[in-house]
Amino acid sequence: MNQAVQNPTLTIALAGNPNAGKTTLFNVLTGLKQKVANYPGVTVERKEGPWRLISGEAKLIDLPGLYSLDATSLDEQIAREIITGELPSVPRPDAIVAVVDATNLERNLYLVTQLFEFGVPVVVALTMIDVFEKQQHEIDVEMLAALLKVPVVAVNAKSHRGIEELAEKVASVIGTVPEVPYEITANTDGDGSHAKIFARYNFISNAVQESTWHSDQKSHRISDKIDRVLTHRFFGLVILVAILLVVFQTIFSWASLPMDLLEKGFGAFGDLVRAEMPPGILADLIADGIIAGVGGVVVFLPQILLLFLFISLLEDSGYMSRAAFLLDKLMSRVGLHGKAFLPLISSFACAIPGIMATRTIESRRDRFATILIAPFMSCSARLPVYTLMIATFFAGQTVFGFISLGAILMLAMYSLGIVAAVFVGFVLKRTVLKAPPPPFLMELPPYRLPNLRTVFQNMLTRAWLFLKRAGTVILAISIILWALMYFPRSVPDAAAGDQRAGQSVSDQAKTGGEVLSESEQLKHSYAGILGHTLEPVIEPLGFDWKIGVALIASFAAREVLVSTLSIIYNVGKDANEESETLIAAVRDERNDNGKPSWTPLTALTLMVFFVLAMQCMSTLAVVRRETNSWIWPMFMLVYMTGFAYVAAFLTYQGGKLLGFG
Amino acid sequence: MKKHKVPTSSHLSLTDLPIGQEARVTAVVGNSGITRRLMEMGVVPGVEVRVIKAAPFGDPIEVRLRGYSLAMRRNEADAIEVSI
Repeated sequence: MNQAVQNPTLTIALAGNPNAGKTTLFNVLTGLKQKVANYPGVTVERKEGPWRLISGEAKLIDLPGLYSLDATSLDEQIAREIITGELPSVPRPDAIVAVVDATNLERNLYLVTQLFEFGVPVVVALTMIDVFEKQQHEIDVEMLAALLKVPVVAVNAKSHRGIEELAEKVASVIGTVPEVPYEITANTDGDGSHAKIFARYNFISNAVQESTWHSDQKSHRISDKIDRVLTHRFFGLVILVAILLVVFQTIFSWASLPMDLLEKGFGAFGDLVRAEMPPGILADLIADGIIAGVGGVVVFLPQILLLFLFISLLEDSGYMSRAAFLLDKLMSRVGLHGKAFLPLISSFACAIPGIMATRTIESRRDRFATILIAPFMSCSARLPVYTLMIATFFAGQTVFGFISLGAILMLAMYSLGIVAAVFVGFVLKRTVLKAPPPPFLMELPPYRLPNLRTVFQNMLTRAWLFLKRAGTVILAISIILWALMYFPRSVPDAAAGDQRAGQSVSDQAKTGGEVLSESEQLKHSYAGILGHTLEPVIEPLGFDWKIGVALIASFAAREVLVSTLSIIYNVGKDANEESETLIAAVRDERNDNGKPSWTPLTALTLMVFFVLAMQCMSTLAVVRRETNSWIWPMFMLVYMTGFAYVAAFLTYQGGKLLGFG
Repeated sequence: MKKHKVPTSSHLSLTDLPIGQEARVTAVVGNSGITRRLMEMGVVPGVEVRVIKAAPFGDPIEVRLRGYSLAMRRNEADAIEVSI
C-alpha cells in the first residue's frame, strides 16, 4: 500500500569470470528463490534472486560469466547494458559484487578494473581463497583493498565465511563512486584500446605483486598431473570415449525404470480420467490429447535430468574444456568448434538437451551450425520406430551367418545420421553460416571437485525450463493433433458397420465394433483426409495413406508413429513396438489391390526417412527459443524433411530398380 | 594456411616455441577482435608465457600465463611474438 513511501529495492549485480565460483556464490546468497528467464529478444540467460542485506532485501542479478566488458560477445553486450542502465527491463545496479578467483588473480582482476570505469560502486568477493592458501600462497586482503581502493572480502560459499561481511560492505558502498586507481593514457598512439588494456594490466601486475606472496610457484601441480593423463595424445582420447560410453550407458540404463514408471503413470492417469469422467469429447480430449501428448514428452524427463547431471559434473570439474581441447582439431575440419562436440553427443539421447548445451559456444554462427545438425543424431525417440521396423521385417536374419541384420541396420541408421550431420555442417559453414575459422581461445580451469549444490541446482533449472517451455508447445500440438484425428465426428457406430465391408482392414482387426469405429473415425477425420491428400506425394516412397497419417502424426514426436500405426491398424493404443499384434498387423496389412502394404523395402525407406526428417515439435520449439527466431526452426524443418524425402525416394526407387520390394 | 608474415629472425612466434620453453611476449600483432581478446585475456607485451602442451592432433596448444592456462589454436598463437 505504501510502496511509494518505502525505499526502492536495491539492485545488486554479480559479475565475474567464468569458473570463478560466481554461480556457487549466487546460490548461497539467494538460496532457492532464484528466477531464471531470458533477457527479452536474446538468448542470454537472466538469473536473479533476493539477497537479504541489513537494510532490507535487495535484488541480486547474476550477470553472465565474462572475461571483459568490451561488448564483443552477446553476453558482454548484455552485461554492459545492465551496468550502464541501458537495458530497459533491468534497473541500473546500485552496486556490483565482483567475484574474483584468488588462484587466478591477475586475469580475474582485469574485469574488476573495467568495472571501476562505469561509476558504479564495486565490492570484490575473493573466492577459492582456501585453495589458494593450500597452495602455500598468501594474500594480504587489506593491502589488495587499499590498492584497488574498494572493499575486498574473502568468501567461502561452503563455510559461509565472509558472507555477512560481504553484505555489510555492499551496504556501505551504496551511493559512492569508485575511483579509477590507474591512469588511462588513451589515444596517444592511435591505438587507444590496446593502450587501455595495457594500462589496466600494468596496474594489476603491480597490485598483485604487492599483495601476494608465493612460497611455491608450482601451484598447477595437481591439475598438470591429472592433465598428463586426461589430455594425453593417445590415452586422452581413449579416456574421453570411455567417459562418454559410461555416461550414455548410465543415462539409458538408469533412466529406463523411471521412464517406464512415468509412462505407466500417465497411462493409469488417462484410464482414471476415462473411468471417472462422463464419456464424451472432454474426456477424450483430456485422456487422448492432453495426458497422452504431454505424457509422451514428460517421459523423457529422467534422461534429460541425468544428462544434465553429467554435463554439470563434467563442466564443474573442469573436464569439459579438456574435451573441447582434445577434439577441436577434428571438429574444425568439419568447420565446427571443439565445444560443439558435447551437444552433438548429447543429441543421441535427445536433441533438446543437446541444443540447450550449445550455449557454451560463443560464436553465433558456430552455435547455429551445431544446432542445425544436432537433430541428425539418432535420438532415443527414433529407437521405437527402428525397433518396430526391424522386428517386423528383419528379425532373425543374419549376414555372413552370424551378424544379426537388425544390429547392422541399427548401426547403419546411426551412421547415416552422423554422415548427414557432417555433410550438412560442411555445407552450412560454407554457405548460410559462412565465417572465417572461429577464434579458439578457451581457459583450461584447474580441476576441481564439483560443488554438488551447484550441480543439482543447474540440473533442476534445466529440467524445469524443459518442462515449462517444451511442455507448453507440446500441449498445444497434442491438442491440435488430437482434434485432427477426432474431427469431424463421422457416422455413428451402427452405420459404420455397412461401410466396413468395403474397406480394407487388417485380418486381425475385426475384433470389436468400438475399435473398428476408431479406424473409421480416423479415415474420415481431418488427419485421414490429409493422409489421402498426401498420398500422391508419398507414393513414390512406397507409403500409402495410412502410413501418411502416421507420418503426419509423427511430426509432433517421432515415437508417435508407433501408437498411430496401432490406432490405424486397430490393434489398440496399448501396443508398443514389441507388441506381437502390431508386428503381425503391419506385416499382414493389405492395400486395396490385395498386395501387402509393407515390404522390407518400405520399412527400410521409412527408417531412412526417420533418420533425416525433422519430426519433433519440441525440438523446433527449443530451436525457436535458442535462436530467438522462427526462421531457423522453419529452415530446419524444410531442409531436413526435404533431405529425408530425397533420401527416402532414392532408397525406395533404387531398391525397386535393384529388384527388392 | 598461415596468413601471417613470416616473423623476422629477431621475432619468434609463440607457435615456434618448444614445449616447456619460457618466453616473454614482445608484441601481439594485428588489430582484430582476436588480438583484442588475446590482450584482454592477459597476453600483453611483457608477460611471461610457456607452452604446456599440444592437443592430440597438434592443435590447439595450451599456454600458461599469469598463473592460468589458456588454450588457443596455432592460428591465434601465430600473432603473438615472443623473445626467449
